[in-house]
Amino acid sequence: MGERGTSHAVTVEVNGEKVSRIVAARQLLVHFLRDTLGLTGTHIGCDTGNCGACSVIVNGKLVKSCMILAPQVDGATIETVEGLADGDSLSPLQESFHEHHALQCGYCTPGMLMSATYLLRQNPDPTDEEIRRGIRGNICRCTGYVNIVKAIRAASREQASGGRPVPAAAGEEV
Amino acid sequence: MTITSTPVTGEATKTWSGRSMPRKEDGRLVQGQGSFVDDGGMHGQGYAWFVRSPYAHARIVSIDCEPALAMEGVYAVLTGDEAKAMCQAPFFAIAPPPGSLMQEWPLAVDKVRYQGDAVAVVLADSRETARDAAERVVVEYEPLTPVTDTVAAADPAAPLLYDEAGTNVAWHGLFDYGDVDWALENADHVVKLDRLHFHRFTSSPLECNGAVVDFDRGTGVVSVLSNYQMPMFAAMVVGPTIGVPMNKFNFVSKDIGGAFGIKIGFYPQIAALALLSKKAGRPAKWTEFRTEHMLTAGHGNERTFLDVEVPVMADGTILGLKVRAFDDAGAYLHYEPLGAVIWSQVVPGCYKLKHVRVDYTEVVTNKCPVVPNRGYSRMQHLWLVERIVDVVAHELGLDPVEVRKRNYVQPEDYPYETPNGCIYDSGDLPRSLDIALELAHVAEWRERQRELGTGTGRRIGIGIGSTLDSGTNNFGQSRIINPDLPFSGNGEAAFAKLDLFGEINVNLGTTPQGQGHETTAAQVAADILGVTPEDVTVTTGFNQANNSYVGFSGTYASQFAVSGLGAVMGAAQKLRHQIVKLAAFALQAEEDEIELEGGSARVRGDEERAIPFIGLSNMVYTNNAGLPASLLDECDLNARYVYVPPFEVPDTVAKTGNLTLTYASQVHVCVVEVDEETGEVKVVEYAAVDDCGNRINPLVVEGQVHGATGLGIAASLYESLDYDESGQLQEPSFYEYHVGTAMDIPDVACGDIESPSPFTPNGAKGMGEGGGAPLHAVCAALQDALGAGAPVVSESHNHWARVYELLHRDPGAPRGVEVVTRTAEPGAGVESL
Ligand code: FES
Ligand code: FES
Repeated sequence: MGERGTSHAVTVEVNGEKVSRIVAARQLLVHFLRDTLGLTGTHIGCDTGNCGACSVIVNGKLVKSCMILAPQVDGATIETVEGLADGDSLSPLQESFHEHHALQCGYCTPGMLMSATYLLRQNPDPTDEEIRRGIRGNICRCTGYVNIVKAIRAASREQASGGRPVPAAAGEEV
Repeated sequence: MTITSTPVTGEATKTWSGRSMPRKEDGRLVQGQGSFVDDGGMHGQGYAWFVRSPYAHARIVSIDCEPALAMEGVYAVLTGDEAKAMCQAPFFAIAPPPGSLMQEWPLAVDKVRYQGDAVAVVLADSRETARDAAERVVVEYEPLTPVTDTVAAADPAAPLLYDEAGTNVAWHGLFDYGDVDWALENADHVVKLDRLHFHRFTSSPLECNGAVVDFDRGTGVVSVLSNYQMPMFAAMVVGPTIGVPMNKFNFVSKDIGGAFGIKIGFYPQIAALALLSKKAGRPAKWTEFRTEHMLTAGHGNERTFLDVEVPVMADGTILGLKVRAFDDAGAYLHYEPLGAVIWSQVVPGCYKLKHVRVDYTEVVTNKCPVVPNRGYSRMQHLWLVERIVDVVAHELGLDPVEVRKRNYVQPEDYPYETPNGCIYDSGDLPRSLDIALELAHVAEWRERQRELGTGTGRRIGIGIGSTLDSGTNNFGQSRIINPDLPFSGNGEAAFAKLDLFGEINVNLGTTPQGQGHETTAAQVAADILGVTPEDVTVTTGFNQANNSYVGFSGTYASQFAVSGLGAVMGAAQKLRHQIVKLAAFALQAEEDEIELEGGSARVRGDEERAIPFIGLSNMVYTNNAGLPASLLDECDLNARYVYVPPFEVPDTVAKTGNLTLTYASQVHVCVVEVDEETGEVKVVEYAAVDDCGNRINPLVVEGQVHGATGLGIAASLYESLDYDESGQLQEPSFYEYHVGTAMDIPDVACGDIESPSPFTPNGAKGMGEGGGAPLHAVCAALQDALGAGAPVVSESHNHWARVYELLHRDPGAPRGVEVVTRTAEPGAGVESL
């Protein structure tokens, strides 16, 4: 709406659904997700790539969607917080965040969940130190991270003890 | 989703209050289905972008909007002069003269007074066009000398921010309790500190400010969809300025991404957006961006303490303190100078100080205005008191634990009246400290500290931070600032109703930002109405149309557990009363025979005689022919209740009175490891013991403790807002402002004590702000690490470079402290140590 200048066609697969839109050349991926596609679960907390509220997974890699333009991801497979739950059933991490009170205002939560999802795919049994390192790019102002670390640890333990695994990356071989 | 409601026919009545329950809010939030301000909008809205000053202090010579207006897609531009012409008055001033002469309008008029001051606002058909257009608004400035030093600002020779006020001093007052001169003369020692400085920082929520404002020219109704945390305060300030009565506002908020007090400060933006909407004839949506937030959304109070004198007896009993305090309000008095009295809720801190004199000056400077920031104004003073107690222990060679225990208000002293008439309700500080010391393994760390010795390049330091979280304000304290203000007491509203099919609904007047109000309110209502929390729907956020508000509504100042839940209890009890009455009629029983359980009213002991809530709703809403009028009159199944805490108006001359209802306490213990070569500080162990009376949901309480601790540790070691001499902020984004990450903030061991408040309906105390305990504890730990004879840790912020300087200061350089001891023979005068 109201955007002038060069446009690009962008086709992506978001949470398993293929979408095509014409977007302004300068549109950030986070604005593409939020404004163009209406996926407002991905948040914005800064303008310098420091907070991680906008974290999504693009082609299996964790990305800060405020640091990349929408036309740059043409053809990509994108996962956002809206795709974590399987229908009515929350992902183990979502469940664990709830159980361990790992969210207060919930503004950092979508980005935090995406980082944690990525972390557990890379490292299914991280130490607390590795968990902290894994979410260092995600700022939370409410929880002091205490219960976030606890929740991620619990989800990884549950997975190790034969509970539900963190879903494999979309677009990757399972 | 799996977090679903169970039907009203749930389990038998249980006690839900007091239980750790995961929250009702979480289901939507973990799925990205929350509704934050930028997620919403209004039909036909334009996007607003503010034009902001690059100068800290300058005269506005001219503004040319034509280049912006010439751009395709630009709807309107509003300048400061135009906005003023649309207004009836400047914003309401809390201060008496000269502070009241420091006027503020929705946009800057004639002058800009800080970097980021808004001079105009643009409305366009997209965020990007608005931003481009804002860059084309040509503003000519004539730079003036900026005032950036707090103490120097008070000098009559300093350049003035407001010529019409004739001074930069916004407020000055003397708080004088007991007889500090007598104490200083008769004490065994007087400990003197030259200067202590509490730094400027912001607890900066992750979600920035935002609002969509529509000025409906047809009806005159101003709709504000925002994340404002004290909406009716905004209405009361903005209304008289832009000429809108209270019944023509409709403030609405939904999910709020953290606030910490900062979201009390953006009423000027709301006023500017309302005028912009009026001018453009369409809603104006503004989403603050992070750099804009850091520059303009409001910072915490910066305070400098000079000439501190502390009378101490040989056994370590501290008699009081004397100090000159200079508080820096920044460029405009947004909520200030309320901070000039708020600190006096905690005059003696956690201790039995009897003689206190604080000469308090609040100034304006060319910096971002300050706004309440988690721990607002009390934390600065509590930090002063904690530094004093800590330094006294170090200088007199006493055990820091013993000095604290000796001076603490003791468990048997409650209710304890402070020198200025505040009543500390309950607590057990010595036990809290013992628990904290144990949780932090202090005995082991002392051993490690001894083993480490000197010359290893590493040091260990152990520090205590004792603090108070005073909650539920008596707004009468504002009259100590300005006796003419029409404020006193406090209150909060809630609504409870049975809906058409017997569903239970609760509406709050609060604006939760992560504190879990939907859950705790449901726990409380469930107990009273004989259902489960899942059966109680608590409306998300604030909506003026619900009529569930009073003037003080909102979420701030550690009060929900008392005032918010007090209102929920009252409303639920009223509703229960109606339900019982209707049921007694329907079941042909006495009212005292009726009990509520599992969503039904029934006659005690007679399984057969019961009526589900849906039946009662049916009687009232859709099937009421033939019911006695008196019954329908009393039972509309809609219950509104306003909780009002018991307060008197304070004595504004003596500056005494009960200023807050409850005093939650926290004792924190921090262990740091310091690298001598770099000054790097690592928090290696941390414990927090919280006592907030009866806890409604311990899980939520503990989460608040974690959060306040995290923000405090980050503020003490990483987060500081500094201006250079030209008034440019050095940390205007999250790139420069190092927000504490998961790598910076340690795990926290939590302990608790429950000392019920005798003054509240549920024995709970407000909590959540945390009283800045980590700042106290980290400073004390650093002091401990520095060891005997070291300089005083005189700054609340101790970045590694400052720690390095403290470690390596020339031994002959001033330490910032002096102890004057009376000679053994009385009357023989004093000698300097
Ligand atoms: S919004 Fe992307 S890192 Fe902050
Ligand atoms: S829960 Fe509020 S920022 Fe993390």
